[in-house]
Parts: sequence; C-alpha cells; structure tokens
Amino acid sequence: MWRVADVVSTQTETATARTLGLRIHGLMSSVAGQHVDIRLTAADGYTAVRSYSIGRSGSGDMIEVTVDELPDGEVSPYLVENVQVGDQLEVRGPVGGWFVWREENPRPVQLIAGGSGVVPLMAMIRAHEESASTSAFHLLYSVRSPETMIYRDELAERAASSSKLAVEYVYTRAVPEGWDRSPKRLDETTLLEHILPASDAPDVFVCGQTIFVETVADWLVAAGYETSTIRTERYGGTGGTS
Amino acid sequence: MNDDILARPDNPIPHLDGNVAAGVLMELFGTDISSALGRCENCAAVRVLADTVVYVDAPGLVIRCRSCSAVLMRVVECPDRYWVDLSGLSNLQIEKPAPTG
Repeated sequence: MWRVADVVSTQTETATARTLGLRIHGLMSSVAGQHVDIRLTAADGYTAVRSYSIGRSGSGDMIEVTVDELPDGEVSPYLVENVQVGDQLEVRGPVGGWFVWREENPRPVQLIAGGSGVVPLMAMIRAHEESASTSAFHLLYSVRSPETMIYRDELAERAASSSKLAVEYVYTRAVPEGWDRSPKRLDETTLLEHILPASDAPDVFVCGQTIFVETVADWLVAAGYETSTIRTERYGGTGGTS
Repeated sequence: MNDDILARPDNPIPHLDGNVAAGVLMELFGTDISSALGRCENCAAVRVLADTVVYVDAPGLVIRCRSCSAVLMRVVECPDRYWVDLSGLSNLQIEKPAPTG
C-alpha cells in the first residue's frame, strides 16, 4: 500500500509554503481533490504520517503537493525546508473519492478556500481548465494577506484569460495596494455576495481549517444551498478563519 | 488538507473529517471507501464516511457521526497489527468499482 515517490521538483510558493513535484512509482492517475499520506521514519524507527492535498493531478505518475509549514508540525517543516530534488518519500494514495471533481460533472462549481485550503481546489481548477468542460467555475479565496496567497500569479493569469473561471478574494488581515476595501474577516453577507447563488444549484467545495469550513458550511445551509451539494474538507492549524 | 497538528488551547476544534481517514481505511478495506455510506448504530443517520468527524489526537483514529457524535469506528495501529472497532456502524455501503475493459 505504501509506495516510493521521487521528489522531482520543488517550488517556493510563499514564505511558509512549498510545492513538491512527486513521481509515485506505479501510479496510473489521480483525481482532482485527492490527497496523499506521507510517512517519515526516523533513524530510531519512529514514524509520523500526515495527509497533504494534491495541487496538480491527472493521468500518469506525477503529482504535485503543496505543503504549508506549521510551526509545531512533525512533518511539514521537513517537507518545506529540508526535502530536496532526488530525495525519496513514502506515500500512500492518492486517496479520496468524495471531495473530488470529475470532468463528467456538468454542474456549475463554487470553490471556497480558507488559506492553504486552496490547494485541492487548485487541482480542480487546473483539471477543469485543461478539460473540455464548459461548466462555470468560481473560486472565493479567503486569505490573510497578498503575501500569504498560494498560487497568486497563476490564479490571476487564469482568471484574466479564462472564459469559464472567475476568482474573488477576501483579505482578512492586509489588502493589496489599491484594494477598495479594508481587511475584514469573512462574514455571511460577504460570502453570499461573492459566490454563485443557491438558485444556480452549484456543487460547492469548501476547504480550510476546521472552524472556517464549519462556519461557511452553516452559512451556506442557512442560505438555502442543498446540503447534499456541499462537500467539505478540513485541515488542522492554529485557529482562526485564516 | 494538512493534518499536522496537536490539540492546543488556541485551537478550539481539533477535529478533522473523514477525508483524513481515507488512507488508512484504504489499507484496511483494500479500496477507497471515503465515499461509502455508513449507517450510525446510535441514531440511524446514513452519511458519507468522508463527512464524519475525525479526531486524530487520540492514540488512534476516532471516527464519529456528524449527526449525533456517537463513535462509529476506532482504528489503532500497532507495530504488528491494526485494531479496528466497527461497533458503532450498523452497516456500510461500499460501491463496487466500475467494470473496466
């Protein structure tokens, strides 16, 4: 079940986040929204396993994971600061069959990201952009500041050039120069202003820290979005709605 | 997803969801069951396993019902075996993979 992955590329995304390109031995394909478990083993045999979202999936044995470093983490500091091209990692997966987007899905899609919760949603955006699907894709990205935004340039470029992708940003601590609003934590009104209406019956994918995901999901249900259309993925972190 | 956490006072809700259990459950069941439906023995709610409440800061994984919080499954990994408690689930519906070829 555990397989070897070669680290084939690394790219710094923000001051705390890095993307690792992995070639997983024997992998045939991966689906947008999936994750992998990564296992590190210390010299004394102690192991630690953590899950990391895939930011780029598709056919073949290559994936990319984007890891945001958590200060007290056992695994993420190693992946962000120490791993180098040519190293090998033990991985399980890709796994996940619910928090995924497939090309056959004809429905409009609303993605809602808190902080590094954007990673699996970016895999969906990339898969959708590269597919023949003409469904509407909307992303609402709640982020602390422009500097902490993962995939900032690519999102801006894709949103500008794509006829089927729209991206909206909410800055919670600091805004970019020339932004016409003050930084503000995401609230119910702001959320509903920036996403596809419930009447469009979108599939909604929400990913972020637990408290962010649960707060947003409650607002969506209260606003009339069908529970069965809301898919959520929570990750741990150090509190706050990004 | 990034579950590299420890429970701490400033992180009031240190639970995750069933997505994080997908890898170990794949190892146990031989297939990805994150989109399988599980029926809660306590409240009879039928929900997708990915949508359960999962605590990772126990000695193992504790998987609870999102409707009533009852424990559905516990999984503890030891060096030579897994201990799996499924007593909180009255059944699981696992979709067969689509036929190939």
